[in-house]
Amino acid sequence: MIDLKNLTIKQAHESLLSGKYTAVDLAQAYLENIKTKDSKIHAYLEVFSDVLDQARESDKRIASKDRVTVLTGIPIAVKDNILIKGRIASSASKMLENYHATYDATVIKKLKEAGVIFLGRTNMDEFAMGGSTENSAFGVTHNPCDLERVAGGSSGGSAAAVAGDMALAALGSDTGGSIRQPASFCGLVGFKPTYGAVSRYGVMAMGSSFDQIGPFAKSTEDAQILFDFIAGSDIMDSTSVSPQSLALGIHKGLALGPIKIGIPKEVMKVEGMDEAVLANFNQSVEKLKKLGYEIQEVSLPNLPYSLAVYYTLIPAEVSSNMARFDGVRYGLHVEGANMTDDYFKSKQTGFGPEVKRRIILGTYILSSGYYDAYYNKANIVRDLIRADYKKAFEIVDVIITPTTPSPAFKIGEKINDPLKLYLEDIFTVPANLAGIPAVSIPSGFKPVGASKLPLGLQLLAASGNDKLLFTVAADFESK
Amino acid sequence: MMEIKDIEKLAKLARIELSEAEKQAYLKDMSAILNYVDQIKEIVGTTSEEKKAGDLRNVTRLDESQDQDQDKARAIIAEFPRQERNYLKVKKILEN
Repeated sequence: MIDLKNLTIKQAHESLLSGKYTAVDLAQAYLENIKTKDSKIHAYLEVFSDVLDQARESDKRIASKDRVTVLTGIPIAVKDNILIKGRIASSASKMLENYHATYDATVIKKLKEAGVIFLGRTNMDEFAMGGSTENSAFGVTHNPCDLERVAGGSSGGSAAAVAGDMALAALGSDTGGSIRQPASFCGLVGFKPTYGAVSRYGVMAMGSSFDQIGPFAKSTEDAQILFDFIAGSDIMDSTSVSPQSLALGIHKGLALGPIKIGIPKEVMKVEGMDEAVLANFNQSVEKLKKLGYEIQEVSLPNLPYSLAVYYTLIPAEVSSNMARFDGVRYGLHVEGANMTDDYFKSKQTGFGPEVKRRIILGTYILSSGYYDAYYNKANIVRDLIRADYKKAFEIVDVIITPTTPSPAFKIGEKINDPLKLYLEDIFTVPANLAGIPAVSIPSGFKPVGASKLPLGLQLLAASGNDKLLFTVAADFESK
Repeated sequence: MMEIKDIEKLAKLARIELSEAEKQAYLKDMSAILNYVDQIKEIVGTTSEEKKAGDLRNVTRLDESQDQDQDKARAIIAEFPRQERNYLKVKKILEN
């Protein structure tokens, strides 16, 4: 029996090299876990039928020492909005229920070259719109820590797959917290890279100026390994940047004494924060102090407007990005009376409630009468928020907040009040607005009844300082 | 205040058919969400940094045919909802 619960990528890699077990054994162990557990959790929309074939390929590579990397033979799960050539990529939408990806996303191409095994595609909120996976057209994902609760979202399936030991690591996408929030809810490390650090080619666009692909893992080390493999500029994504131009991995301030950590005073004033979350956050602060970090207060005066800005710009980008699903070239096609009616009927049938809600809202925000009042104004405030962070990172190296104002909530608790669900994103959206890297790491638990609900600490750094986050996170995790 | 006819207008612009129940629900949601995001109007300010011409660069690549891969073309054609002899089939655009 392989101990999947405590397994790390490096350990698995060493075992594969030493012959302690094969990639087939490892894949088989995960498949068995999926078989016994996933009917209750529903992390996967599809488990691929060729997993063992992929594993045999990896074993061949390892046996012949052919292009072996630390990821060769490592089984991971992929969020259903990331394209793998020839396989269905549905974004958990009826619109794309039968759509087969016609090419590999850049991150997938890189992971295939590295020899990764793809176990399957994971459940999510439809087109990544939501924070609980309740917006999936194919049913909700349950939190492995408490089956009555959500796993978070939108990448809830990826989080639940890793937390339930049904994958060693996973890929998700993060537009406003869709990696960090489910990671926090499921007790994992979830990393959102600097905007542009990872190519978006082949991930379905939701909010194009916000979206980033990133890893889920049980440890900072695993998350960093995956990130290092998927990062880099790409001719197919004009917003991707080279590690050099972002100074990825180079932290200019490190030579200047201890790392300084800032706590935004505006964060502490957030209403409706769970007491256990606040207490846990204060414990994390004490721990960081003991580890030798200098803690100080910083100010991000425009931070309280983050959510309002986010939920103005996101529907605007959504309504533009979703316009491509017209039932003509691919995806669902529903017959209407004429060509225009085909559009109306295809979208009506193909999209779920949250997608439609955001399209309608975005159409309003982008309409000529309200464009200046909403869209332009929100972009101005976005710039102000960006400038706030820039200023703060002249004083401190890292900023910390709780990842979420409360631990995982019950399934059904918030789904009927979209605004209430939006407010859950208060701590995660600013990183996407500013384009800066952020990571959520496990920081403790809130005991509720028989369950221990995981809590997360979020660390943010200046653009390009992704590696610094891994350094501090690993330090926090190890002690 | 937004009314049902406004939702209908937006749905028409977005080319989405909505049921009566959906219209009612979105009317309620839109009011709550817009009421919340209205707080950005409080902020007086302009863009924090002048957009410098030096920051502009051409991000588009040449529209060249780089990929003559027939398999890729076949894969794309296979996803057409309606096709005939490798053509994408659509309804006529101009009505009589």
